[in-house]
Amino acid sequence: MKQIRNFSIIAHIDHGKSTLADRMIQATGLVETRDFRDQLLDTMDIERERGITIKSQAITLPYVDSEGREYALNLIDTPGHVDFSYEVSRALASCEGVLLLVDAAQGVEAQTMANLFAAMEHDLEIIPVINKIDLPSADIEQTKEQIEIDLGLDSDLAILCSAKEGTGIDHVLEAVVELIPPPAGSEENPLEALIFDAHYDPFRGTIVSCRVFSGHVRPGDTIRLMYNNATYRVEEVGVFRLAREPRKVLSAGEVGYIISGIKTVSDTRIGDTITLENSPAPAPLPGFKEVKPVVFASIYPVASDEYRSLVEALEKYKLNDAALIFQKDSSAALGLGFRCGFLGLLHLEIVQERLEREFDQSLIMTSPTVQYRFELTNGDEVTIDNPVYYPDPATISKAFEPYIRASIMIPERYMGAVMELCLERRGTHSQFSYPSTGRIEIQFDMPLAEVIYDFYDRLKTVTQGYGSFDYDLLDYRESDLVKLDILLNGEKVDALCQIVYREGARARALNSCNRLKEEIPRHMFKIAIQGAIGGTIIARSTVNAFRKDVTAKCYGGDITRKRKLLEKQKKGKKRMKMVGSVTVPQSAFIAILRSDDK
Amino acid sequence: MFPGLYVHIPFCRSKCPYCGFYSIPSSTPMDGWFDGLKREVIYQKSLFGRFDSLYLGGGTPTFLNTKLLEQVMASLLDHFHLTPDAEITIEANPCDITRHKAEALKALGFNRINLGVQSFNDNVLKFLGRRHSSENAENAVTHLRSAGFKNIGLDLIYGLKAQSMKEWIDGLKTALAFQPEHLSCYQLTLEKGTVFDRRSRKNIMITLPEKTAAAHFLATSSFLGNQGYMHYEVSNFARNERLESRHNRKYWNHTPYLGLGPSAHSFDGEKRWWNVRSVKKYRSALKEGRLPIEGWETLTREQRHLESLALGFRTRRGVDLESLDATSEKALAMLQKQGLLKIINGRAAPTRRGYLLADHLPLCFSP
Repeated sequence: MKQIRNFSIIAHIDHGKSTLADRMIQATGLVETRDFRDQLLDTMDIERERGITIKSQAITLPYVDSEGREYALNLIDTPGHVDFSYEVSRALASCEGVLLLVDAAQGVEAQTMANLFAAMEHDLEIIPVINKIDLPSADIEQTKEQIEIDLGLDSDLAILCSAKEGTGIDHVLEAVVELIPPPAGSEENPLEALIFDAHYDPFRGTIVSCRVFSGHVRPGDTIRLMYNNATYRVEEVGVFRLAREPRKVLSAGEVGYIISGIKTVSDTRIGDTITLENSPAPAPLPGFKEVKPVVFASIYPVASDEYRSLVEALEKYKLNDAALIFQKDSSAALGLGFRCGFLGLLHLEIVQERLEREFDQSLIMTSPTVQYRFELTNGDEVTIDNPVYYPDPATISKAFEPYIRASIMIPERYMGAVMELCLERRGTHSQFSYPSTGRIEIQFDMPLAEVIYDFYDRLKTVTQGYGSFDYDLLDYRESDLVKLDILLNGEKVDALCQIVYREGARARALNSCNRLKEEIPRHMFKIAIQGAIGGTIIARSTVNAFRKDVTAKCYGGDITRKRKLLEKQKKGKKRMKMVGSVTVPQSAFIAILRSDDK
Repeated sequence: MFPGLYVHIPFCRSKCPYCGFYSIPSSTPMDGWFDGLKREVIYQKSLFGRFDSLYLGGGTPTFLNTKLLEQVMASLLDHFHLTPDAEITIEANPCDITRHKAEALKALGFNRINLGVQSFNDNVLKFLGRRHSSENAENAVTHLRSAGFKNIGLDLIYGLKAQSMKEWIDGLKTALAFQPEHLSCYQLTLEKGTVFDRRSRKNIMITLPEKTAAAHFLATSSFLGNQGYMHYEVSNFARNERLESRHNRKYWNHTPYLGLGPSAHSFDGEKRWWNVRSVKKYRSALKEGRLPIEGWETLTREQRHLESLALGFRTRRGVDLESLDATSEKALAMLQKQGLLKIINGRAAPTRRGYLLADHLPLCFSP
């Protein structure tokens, strides 16, 4: 029987994870060179364009070692973003080892650390791999030192490679076979299979990706999902090569898929355990957690008659993204829409982009917010994820907001700038560590709302791109909050209101007004943009009326040009929303969250 | 209305820094250009029937010497049929208008002159890169009047950063002393690719800020209105309805026109096409027996509608209410309330202030 190795590649973004996966796939001969395309495991357009991985994917690589022994190497590709850290943890739980990839030019970064800790939590064998050794700026010795000191790993074991050039790939494959332990677990025990991903196939329903820890599963078996005790009859099992490849059985140690007539991915839960109905496992595998959205925003169709089409698009989209939650919502300014919950800002962007691109929707998304909790004077407790439902301030006795622990890794010279940024963003309880000379890791407790508000961009700016960032959700802490209303020509626009920290309210109001001023085109009349708390105006900006736009000449040669310009403007106008008498571009609703460029 | 015939003469003695029309600076017409034109005339002669306007524009049509102009006119009149009352216009540069030239133009059959005066202020003329002086312009008008021209239009440019409202209105007064039948007052626009455009990209202010430009525009309109001129298009004024430029109005109301010469545009009521913007390409195409057409488009109903709004709101006649659909009522009411449009004889016509926003008005109407 073939030997099995289950492993994953973990890395900071842009350290070359997808390229290394591509090279390993090529090296094992699974794909002919002529059929090859980059980022083979990233099948979605958005993944390929942004160079990120959103969904976990598995692939079984055939490998024969120098002594002719045959192996099945199961590579589980994991998402590379903090929004998906739970998915990552389930993918890691399905492995016995990881390749920890470090860019020879960039060195160890915040996500490298976070990934390493995640791998350690799962007791995985960790093989350091230094990538991009072909770069002129590669500093292998320095990187080795960081692996030794920052990560506490044996840098002598580090494998040098250049995934781009294809050098060192053989050594990587050898190390996977030699260093990563084969899966334990008995075929004789009841079935325990961990769901680490699920995706939707319009012809077959939900395809569940899983790692079998013990027992086996065959077509015809009746399986039970231990989370909700739902049972299904297995239609097909198999492994992932480039396409799905059916097998007669999936046994302990293997990674593959199960098709069993599950309608939508929302009927499954990542991290759930699959067992057999007639001989169930005594308990589910550990680590299951229901993922809860942490960031909320509303989406509306730009044209109100496209609401039906948005409903259909969301329902279809949801088939393949269990993490998105949504419910009906309506806004005085924007009409009927949906309030949605997301795992984080990247998830939000992905949902928006996919709805627009794959489902051809023209959307307005309001600025994202976190979930706030309020204790009321009558003793009730309310949770609010939409500023519109902010309770009457007179009834609030205590307000709470979610906190995170932010970990930021930077070259020492940026420490002052980053400290300043974190303090400005209400960071507290700072801790420092110096993992290696010249580098510093700063940890802060910080409100999640401050991270949503443009934190990544600012961090990148103040560290000139050298800062890396990761966070964990902590808890809810008491806070002093107010509701900031935005008025256009004296009318409150519900879709623009925000819950903000009282002390920063004026600055935030001013910023929102200035942002809107940039976004809202000039009209034939003057537009007053105001920020208000209760009845008090605390900020104001004005979009002046335009007085003249007519061009002096319009003869034979000018007419086509003029019409084309008008057609373009008309098209642009379709992507705007009438709020009262003011035409507001789609982008304005989200732009209020960007801070001024400093 | 019959179709209009336009001929583009693509030469100038020198290039003005604000002008975006196609022309090449030269001291003589480029070889082969006239051979090309003669061929184009023959290829296109039966496309439309009769014309009731002919317009020689440019470039500088008076750049051609009298003999060549005579040949051009002969070629046109041999092959195209003009109605007896046709409006026959030539654009003229004051430098070129001697007494002889004025008489020659009259003899060639031109009955309307568009004189590129631009300004009666020598400093402004210098700034605009014009070769003539205000005195030249004054003499030119006198020569044209003596030669018997009863329909003279003067082209003027305003809206320069360096020019005050008073200076501009004084210039207008000088112009009015000649009692021109027609005035084109163009607010200086930065045309792509011109010297002024490049200069302004380097943050050298050439035009007035929007607010002041608007004030100058309104002042011009009311001043000329008080002097008995009808503001019949954004930049055009005529002493009476009969003296509006018949040829130019065709561009604004979708009447067909045929354009000959490099960069000229044509329209047959549905299709619009345009010639190559290069004398070399123009002459070689015609030499090889091809039409020198660079591109064309066929207007959809929507495009035609959009254009009729865009063009209509630039003229005093405005847009036929019948052509607006029911959803336009709200927009109409709002624009009337804002004093940008007025309803006259079943048409929505721009007010003075409406002219200022004429490029925006079509966007107020769906679809």
